[in-house]
Amino acid sequence: MIDEKILADHNLTHEEYDHIVRLVGREPNLTELGIFSVMWSEHCGYKSSKVYLKKFPTKGKYVIQGPGENAGVLDIGDGLAVVFKIESHNHPSYIEPYQGAATGVGGILRDIFTMGARPVAVLDSLRFGPLDNPKNRAITDGVVSGISGYGNSFGVPTVGGEAYFHECYAQNPLVNVCCVGLAEKDKLFFARAQGVGNAVIYVGAKTGRDGIHGATMASAEFGKETEHKRPNVQVGDPFKEKLLLEACLEAMAKNLIVGIQDMGAAGLTCSTTEMAAKAGTGMEINLDLVPQREAGMNPYEIMLSESQERMLIVAEPEKVKELQQIFNKWDLDAVVIGRVTDDGQLKAYFHGELVIDIPVKAVVDLCPAYRRPTKVPSFIRKISRFHLPEILSDLNEVFLKLLSSPTIADKEWVFRQYDHMVQVNTMVLPGADSAVLRLKGLKKGLAMTLDGNSLYTFLNPERGGQIAVAEACRNLACVGAVPIGVTNCLNFGNPEKPEVMWQFKEAVEGIAEACRQFDIPVTGGNVSFYNETEGKSIYPTPVLGIVGLVEDTSTVPSPGFLAAGEAIVLLGENKEELGGSEYLRVIFNLEKGQPPALDFDLEKHLLECCRQVIRQKLIRTAHDLSEGGLAVALAECSFHSPKKIGFEVKLTDPIRTDALLFGESQSRIILVAKEKNVKKILALARKLKVKARVIGKTGGRKMVIWHRKKKVVDQPVDLGYNAWKNAIPNYFEVKKD
Amino acid sequence: MKFGVVVFPGSNCDYDTFHVLQNIMGQETVFLWHKDPNLKNVDWVVLPGGFSYGDYLRSGAIARFSPIMTEVKKFAQAGGLVLGICNGFQILLEAGLLPGGMLRNKNLKFLCQHVYIRIENNKTAFSNAGKKGQVLKIPIAHFDGNYYAPPDLLAELEKNNQIVFRYCDEQGQMTEEANVNGSLHSIAGLMNKEGNVCGMMPHPERASEKILGSEDGKIIFQSMINYLEKKMGTRKKKKVTATRPAISSLPPIIGSF
Repeated sequence: MIDEKILADHNLTHEEYDHIVRLVGREPNLTELGIFSVMWSEHCGYKSSKVYLKKFPTKGKYVIQGPGENAGVLDIGDGLAVVFKIESHNHPSYIEPYQGAATGVGGILRDIFTMGARPVAVLDSLRFGPLDNPKNRAITDGVVSGISGYGNSFGVPTVGGEAYFHECYAQNPLVNVCCVGLAEKDKLFFARAQGVGNAVIYVGAKTGRDGIHGATMASAEFGKETEHKRPNVQVGDPFKEKLLLEACLEAMAKNLIVGIQDMGAAGLTCSTTEMAAKAGTGMEINLDLVPQREAGMNPYEIMLSESQERMLIVAEPEKVKELQQIFNKWDLDAVVIGRVTDDGQLKAYFHGELVIDIPVKAVVDLCPAYRRPTKVPSFIRKISRFHLPEILSDLNEVFLKLLSSPTIADKEWVFRQYDHMVQVNTMVLPGADSAVLRLKGLKKGLAMTLDGNSLYTFLNPERGGQIAVAEACRNLACVGAVPIGVTNCLNFGNPEKPEVMWQFKEAVEGIAEACRQFDIPVTGGNVSFYNETEGKSIYPTPVLGIVGLVEDTSTVPSPGFLAAGEAIVLLGENKEELGGSEYLRVIFNLEKGQPPALDFDLEKHLLECCRQVIRQKLIRTAHDLSEGGLAVALAECSFHSPKKIGFEVKLTDPIRTDALLFGESQSRIILVAKEKNVKKILALARKLKVKARVIGKTGGRKMVIWHRKKKVVDQPVDLGYNAWKNAIPNYFEVKKD
Repeated sequence: MKFGVVVFPGSNCDYDTFHVLQNIMGQETVFLWHKDPNLKNVDWVVLPGGFSYGDYLRSGAIARFSPIMTEVKKFAQAGGLVLGICNGFQILLEAGLLPGGMLRNKNLKFLCQHVYIRIENNKTAFSNAGKKGQVLKIPIAHFDGNYYAPPDLLAELEKNNQIVFRYCDEQGQMTEEANVNGSLHSIAGLMNKEGNVCGMMPHPERASEKILGSEDGKIIFQSMINYLEKKMGTRKKKKVTATRPAISSLPPIIGSF
């Protein structure tokens, strides 16, 4: 009955099929095969990545829950826990940008509130093709609207993130959504079907035929025709999700729930098998009882549907009634569809017939793990060496051009479509180094950031991974936060290609090393392979989401200049490093060289120094240096300044002027302080072995930089501001004739 | 005095409004569940922001049929005080408690940002704590906030001083740029002829704490408190202290079955 074609349709190899037959003890039927196919897909089973993911450090003093649950959990004191995770929704967002992105938000929100936490913030990392192409604009517009439509209605603030634009994402946009939630530490819930005889309850939206095989789709590359995959994308209903959130949290507060899991990828299949496997139990369900949106659905469709806004709950039989009352109050279905058993099998009945009978352990834990072959890509040698081009005569022009590069330019067009203030906790608005939330009634606050530079990772995957972690930590340090936990989203091409697998292995090793160095545990994340269309892969794109703790929210500095006449202090060292820079890419169309070097000890001292000057209230503005280097970072301080204050900076470093202005050397931060505090800052830096010096002053309406007595940048703030501010809106504005 | 914050299933600024009224303004505040035809003897009803019933149809179009709105209407018609914020404003328009309607923002995008609004009339229950012409910094967050009314209605609103707030720039000038959503006559907030029902698109509850960048929103809540205190005489205030603010991220149990 199971033939070549069926196996191919399910993305299963012959070896995998033989393995399934051995585990089940007979030939599986089509529904059972479908279950194995989604659970053993790359998306759910992590079969190519598992062996490498083990390298991440996962333990630490803040960790309550590491990888393996719906989300990671950190202890932040005062009886509170932070629940957070990142997920990708890349493939669906290319096929149907609005719904793809919207359901990406919906999925990660459920991962958070299924653990008993109220989502308090969303951040997203977006990658699109260049905006001069109308199709890329349509995808960008659709994805942003989708995130906005879902998050705003649900009532979670989207407080930050990043957006990059590059040709490699034209046919493979990346939509990575990270959600952070807050829970009471002793009221966490887990995806475990404990207690034989307990009721299995289906809650939320009805099951339809949408999204069947979404997880499998996300585990293969795309060919020319993707239109027909549109039915694989789910449709989101944020209002229903909001009801589900409130009902679940209310039921949790009343202690009516034993275990709970959301139905995300692989829907009912994933929630039933995983909850039983984690508890060492089995489950028996009646598919006829599953609330259905359309008539005539078969077991295969019911089990594999990825309809949104659904949860599976295990509860003690005597509490079912009260639980149902709560869900009915919120106008949601809550139907007992089965019970927990002790035989380790998932058994499902349909029209009175046993249609599924498989061991849950086999489905969940025995997915094969592959150590796929790796090979250094041939281009790596070619791109690492190159001749630096001549410095252009008009660096003012270069400066303006960089400010209006969409990757560097203001992202307000994106984030003002997101409600970033609902829940009244957002202290630092989007656009700064890190988002900061106050915690009502407490002195401390929560900071979070998403980072990843894929050009660095393309040129040198290991260092790219390391820099992503360092950059995120630096962004957190700029608001005075100590990093306490990491989640990551690893977006790569086809793992069956040894070159892609090499990139993956190197990047993971880089991230793991950096996390060990900075002593921050990885508590979960997501791997997205097969980001390829017509054989063309994206640049390897690891995105790091790091949560930090701010001890005292009253010390959080501003990302912009607050007053004229204050001293600008540079922490760190300017080096002659231009490889992988936005400058070479935008101005010379060069994507070559080695990304900047990273010295962990130096970085650690720098972070500590930055946090200490903030804690001691010695500064009012801090900003880290990243894409576009020193000149762009200074300009951003002017643009974030409420009064658009300018600056004058004098430098004498013995390096090329373009490297000084636009080079992206790591471990550098700009601090701005009142004159009287400068001595203390420099002394503190000396003590911590961090290079620090005053490079100039804030003030005036111009941005001026001198290098060795020559004025190399001299621009009115307004001119730069307009270039930076309007770059992205200009692509979308309807031209009036 | 007692404030009631209505909770529609899709309200998402209900906790925020509750938090500010109770923990910042120190007022006794209760939630009013949308299915309960009961206003719990409150002195003031606030319809908070959010997406009432999903708002897949026109914003607020379904909410006006809810049991609580029948009560709110009776309350308003009897002279009771009602403030609608954002979605609450949209609901008041749909329910016919305020005149006019909302179109999509002029750029056809959701807009979340700080804006400036000018107090046009400070002789109201919603603005008496401010000065006429005073500029307030308060954020907006909406898709449908582009106020529309036919010319004769606009003339009447102007004539009766029903326009409480208008969008302006930092200096208080009304410009096309400052009128971000495209509202006619830059209307950001208006009240009914009787002066007991007011709707506004900006969110005063998001601008009531220094740590969030502005405290100007408190002027609106303080005006309401002043008005009630005056109306109720020198009756002793019930002192309310903040309750478990750290855990206020978790839901208080609201409504009944």
